[in-house]
Amino acid sequence: MVMIFGKPLLLLYGQLTLGLINGAFYALLSLGFAVIFGLLNVINFAHGALFMLGAFVTWGLLTYLGIGYWAALVIAPIVVGALGVALEKLLIARLHGLDHLYGLLLTFGCALVIEGLMRSQFGSSGVPYAIPHALQGPLNLGFMVLPLYRAWVVIAAAAMCLVTWLLIEKTRLGATLRAATENAPLVQAFGVNVPRLVTLTYGAGVGLAAFAGVLAAPMNSVNPNMGSNLIVVVFATVVIGGLGSILGSIITGFSLGIIEGLTKVYYPEGSATVVFVVMVIVLLIRPAGLFGKAA
Amino acid sequence: MNNITRRLLLGSAAAAAVTLPGRRPRAQEKGKIRLGVLNDQSGPYRDTGGLTSFECTKQAVAEFAAQGFDVDVITADHQNKPDIGAGIARQWFDREGVDAILDVPTSSVALAVAGVAKEKDKVLLNTGAATADLTGKQCGPNIVHWSYDTYMLGKSTGGATVRSGGDSWYFLTADYVFGHQLQESTTRFVTDAGGKVLGASVYPFPGTTDFSSFLLQAQASGAKVLGLCNAGADTVNSIKQAKEFGVPMRVAAMLMFISDVHALGLDIAQGLTLTESFYWDLNDRTRAFTNRVKPRTPNNWPNMTQAGCYAAALHYLKAVQQIGVDKAKASGAAAVAAMKAMPTDDDAFGHGSIREDGRGMFPSYLFQVKTPGESKGPWDFYKQISSFPPEQAWRPLSEGHCAFIKT
Repeated sequence: MVMIFGKPLLLLYGQLTLGLINGAFYALLSLGFAVIFGLLNVINFAHGALFMLGAFVTWGLLTYLGIGYWAALVIAPIVVGALGVALEKLLIARLHGLDHLYGLLLTFGCALVIEGLMRSQFGSSGVPYAIPHALQGPLNLGFMVLPLYRAWVVIAAAAMCLVTWLLIEKTRLGATLRAATENAPLVQAFGVNVPRLVTLTYGAGVGLAAFAGVLAAPMNSVNPNMGSNLIVVVFATVVIGGLGSILGSIITGFSLGIIEGLTKVYYPEGSATVVFVVMVIVLLIRPAGLFGKAA
Repeated sequence: MNNITRRLLLGSAAAAAVTLPGRRPRAQEKGKIRLGVLNDQSGPYRDTGGLTSFECTKQAVAEFAAQGFDVDVITADHQNKPDIGAGIARQWFDREGVDAILDVPTSSVALAVAGVAKEKDKVLLNTGAATADLTGKQCGPNIVHWSYDTYMLGKSTGGATVRSGGDSWYFLTADYVFGHQLQESTTRFVTDAGGKVLGASVYPFPGTTDFSSFLLQAQASGAKVLGLCNAGADTVNSIKQAKEFGVPMRVAAMLMFISDVHALGLDIAQGLTLTESFYWDLNDRTRAFTNRVKPRTPNNWPNMTQAGCYAAALHYLKAVQQIGVDKAKASGAAAVAAMKAMPTDDDAFGHGSIREDGRGMFPSYLFQVKTPGESKGPWDFYKQISSFPPEQAWRPLSEGHCAFIKT
């Protein structure tokens, strides 16, 4: 058997694949986070809580309305996105022009309130959600048996990342969005309703978090705390990629997933820390992040 | 972003995380016993302790009412942090007139609070923490450990799994005192029963949600049994993902509560074996107790730690009545000594006793989770496979090395 640093090669292939899957997840969450920061200048600490809401809406749709997974993939992001729109209109919009810190504290507070309300309603152990029937079963890759559902997750997440990137970088709408971040008054002078654009962008970023929540529901425990640990990793991912850089957060998300996966093989105790070690090193060498523009 | 420093971030997070402890009762008047339920009310162990423990304690007080002295109960959230737990315990003992603290899950917090109870000569009635050190190396005359511990879990689930053919193990262990102790104690019973341990993955706690990587390593080890030395959402995630990956191993959840089964759903949880010392449907008395307490906590039926709060509070109050309120308030050790001197008897745990080292001596039960077809109603989750009488369920006194007992 071929060994690399004392570990069988086949095992490593398996771990790399799993790392890629987790990376897809980080990328999807970081993408929404980066879009919101890039266009709104808000560090959205409610992202983890909204991700959790996406998973709970998925569960609620099935439990109370009998609506299954596939429909939830569309409905949950819209429902949570609408909540995001309300949040932006009612609260976040009022902080426009203030220091980043205000937005951070406001969204962090929102996250605590949302999580607290969900805990008091549903408890902390969570609720069950099964893998949809069509995605059950294994997929034999030769070096490992991958659950079909995980393969779906990586494809869905990568596709969503690609679509979002194309939308922002290659379309007229994206160009308007980018222009609005550079010089809002000027864009407004051209007849574009910038505040509405900003609100909808927040809704879309939140929708991405909820989409990730739907993907997570069948494979993780659906509980009110499921997003609170993730938000820290997502924040680190976006900082490493360069705050506001869409492509940076996607590439960093995938890379960190793989690095974390390898750490789980060689030094599992360090797997929760490795992301932050990478962050420290990157910030020391490139303070603006890997793909960020220096201020 | 330039204006945000790491210190600011941490500072704001810490400021937001610190919440005031529950209700603030008025100063303690004389001749009144005050119980404090200290546990996790906002984190991963909220459903296994939390407000249901508080309600179970209040149920005990309600049933004990009209016995000659007043009792009230207060509660607070220790957030699973030893410093916060010890701080609240100190404040309760010094300023709020609390005489006994109950529940206290999370082994690291329980050990910290035990130290405070010993120092202040008050009482710790622990039902929520797993560490067997509470009646071992860190025992004390002020401590009673009620519902379960790492020794009892390892012996019951570990031993039974090996005897039924699961003789090679791989552990998935949470990297803190509880996970390590549970792995150590289970390893002992697995090897004693003729089994062997082929490896272990120790993962960071808290913060791990994806266990697939460890599951793959477990599978590669060739072991027949996957031993989960973790709790709460980690256990739920491990089991859910083991099923998803079709890991061809038997899963032994070394610590699992009925609320975890509820969270997983019977489709996934069916067939798992686990150990508890209380189950609501065990006999007429446990059913009667559950029916009495259910109106207080309809969405979360009591497990062994919550029922333990009821039973421990009731027994403590009986001891107080026997030695008198003044003496019980003056010396926690005297109250605990009185608890040890009389047999226990309550609807949740039946007849039992408290051993010299503070260990509650009750039977433990090995359960298997029912299939969806076998389950007849809400929370009808377990069928009993076997049970251990008290003298077999718990670590012998001589092996605990409890220092304050003169042998």
